[in-house]
Amino acid sequence: MRTLGRLTLVEMKLFIREPITMFFTFALPLLFLFVMGGVFGKMTNGGAGDFHGLSAMAFYTPAYIALVLTSVGVVGLPGHLTGYRERGVLRRFRASSLSIWRIFAAQGLVSLATAALGGIMILIAGVFVFHVSLPQNPFFVILAFLVSALSFISLGLLLGAVLPTSRAAQGVGLVLFFVMLILGGAGPPPEAMTHLMRVVGDFTPMQHAVTLLQNAWQGLGWNWMEFGIMAGILIVSLTAATLVIRRNS
Amino acid sequence: MINTIQDTSKVIRVENLRKSYKDLVAVDDVSFEVSRGEIFGLLGPNGAGKTTTVECLQGLRRCTSGKISVLGLDPAKNIGELRRRIGSQLQDSELPQRIKVWEALDLFASITPGENGWRKLMKDWDLESKANASFSSLSGGQKQRLFIALALVNHPEVVFLDEMTTGLDPVARHGAWDLIKEIRANGTTVILVTHFMDEAEELCDRLAIVNQGKLLALDSPFGLTSKYATNMKAAFSYEGDDLPSMEDIPQVKKVTRIGGTVEVEGIGSFVSLMAAKLVNHGIVPNDLRTRQPSLEDVFLTLTGHRIEV
Ligand SMILES: Nc1ncnc2c1ncn2[C@@H]1O[C@H](COP(=O)(O)OP(=O)(O)OP(=O)(O)O)[C@@H](O)[C@H]1O
Ligand SMILES: [Mg+2]
Repeated sequence: MRTLGRLTLVEMKLFIREPITMFFTFALPLLFLFVMGGVFGKMTNGGAGDFHGLSAMAFYTPAYIALVLTSVGVVGLPGHLTGYRERGVLRRFRASSLSIWRIFAAQGLVSLATAALGGIMILIAGVFVFHVSLPQNPFFVILAFLVSALSFISLGLLLGAVLPTSRAAQGVGLVLFFVMLILGGAGPPPEAMTHLMRVVGDFTPMQHAVTLLQNAWQGLGWNWMEFGIMAGILIVSLTAATLVIRRNS
Repeated sequence: MINTIQDTSKVIRVENLRKSYKDLVAVDDVSFEVSRGEIFGLLGPNGAGKTTTVECLQGLRRCTSGKISVLGLDPAKNIGELRRRIGSQLQDSELPQRIKVWEALDLFASITPGENGWRKLMKDWDLESKANASFSSLSGGQKQRLFIALALVNHPEVVFLDEMTTGLDPVARHGAWDLIKEIRANGTTVILVTHFMDEAEELCDRLAIVNQGKLLALDSPFGLTSKYATNMKAAFSYEGDDLPSMEDIPQVKKVTRIGGTVEVEGIGSFVSLMAAKLVNHGIVPNDLRTRQPSLEDVFLTLTGHRIEV
């Protein structure tokens, strides 16, 4: 436990010293929120059909919280872990009883903390800058955030375990990131997307995190189907990551 | 487990170790034992299988066949306990680029309960002024010294050093040698992988010469030279063409003249006999020098070529 604590602390510091992941986790989602706020911020058209009947920013604020998770899961974690493997850091740690499990666990904890921080930043900006009303049901929102965060972190651990090089992780990660950014519920208003775009969007984990968060936020209750999808991703990714790591070590 | 001989002074036993990568046999039927408190060397050229051997012992690679016991533990089975009791400096590994020197030492020390001696290691290995420098900003030699310090931070019973002094300047190398001797004096067993003859000669109690995956010879440096490099060499300057025939002396094996230098190889008392003969002919060289056989010669005898770094 002492070692895991120390390792988590070190990994936290390393995260803070890494400008690129800092940018993807904290700055980029916030930046998009402000861009979308600039474009759609004045629109409050309840009932007009756009944004599933929500005001634009009530729609986008949960979406960009989900983008923080996406960034942590598909860009930050895989890049970091594959870099460790490629450069022999994992081997060096392993030789000194810092097993790959501990490193993955520490990374999971750091990711959860940074995701929470990034999410809170979006929430604050949404509420104070764009006057989005606070969640109807804070408990559901926190729960939705936690489940989604854990799913994306598991996905990140899996990608980090499977992808062979940091170059591969960068390629795959950025493609996934931008596909989810555009089609996964944080891009154009759903009503402005073609049928095909929406179908593809529905295949992205992010779209389901977005819907789960939005529904909880708007007081539409707990969306069991979206929760099931998120929990499924969590279980499958975590199991697969465990199997891959066990086979390789 | 039934052992016919329970000799606790042996901290490492390797029996018929083999490791192949697809169709390449990197380690081929290697056996040796290492006693507690010994500095045991593995000397050989690039690709000889040294790293593969020691990484199998550390449980970082799985051997293809053979038996390994380190501190009475099988690396394939008791890896957790083994790792707590050994120290490793690996040939190719790195740390996170932005980790600071003190953070790395502190992190690795945290694995051992109650361990807080890393500041002394930082001082011993001349890293104090770099305590707050990030790993990626260190020079090659500084990184290497950090890795040695990390290998020692858990007070290991056995420490594996793979190319420890690569990248160190001469002062740092000699400093490292002194520190290794000190570690051994405190009872730690040291496994030293190297391709530096002088390092092996200076540090190792016993030495395994490996080439192409095979263990060719195993003895003390002195034992190796007296067995495989029996010819002593003598040389002196002489320009004239009335040199008496040295080949008449039975102990002389070979005479070569390169420019103004005469080189004579032989055994036993040949130097004295040769010098007497020269003086009798009125030739009194004032730069007669002899060279003891070295590990370099051992290697040449055993493999037919010089070690190439
Ligand atoms: N992971 C691997 N996969 C395939 N071949 C390998 C692997 N590791 C080592 N080899 C091969 O095994 C042989 C022995 O390699 P090893 O690294 O053990 O040599 P070494 O004695 O440590 O050499 P050096 O002095 O260069 O460090 C080499 O021919 C090398 O190419
Ligand atoms: Mg090597």
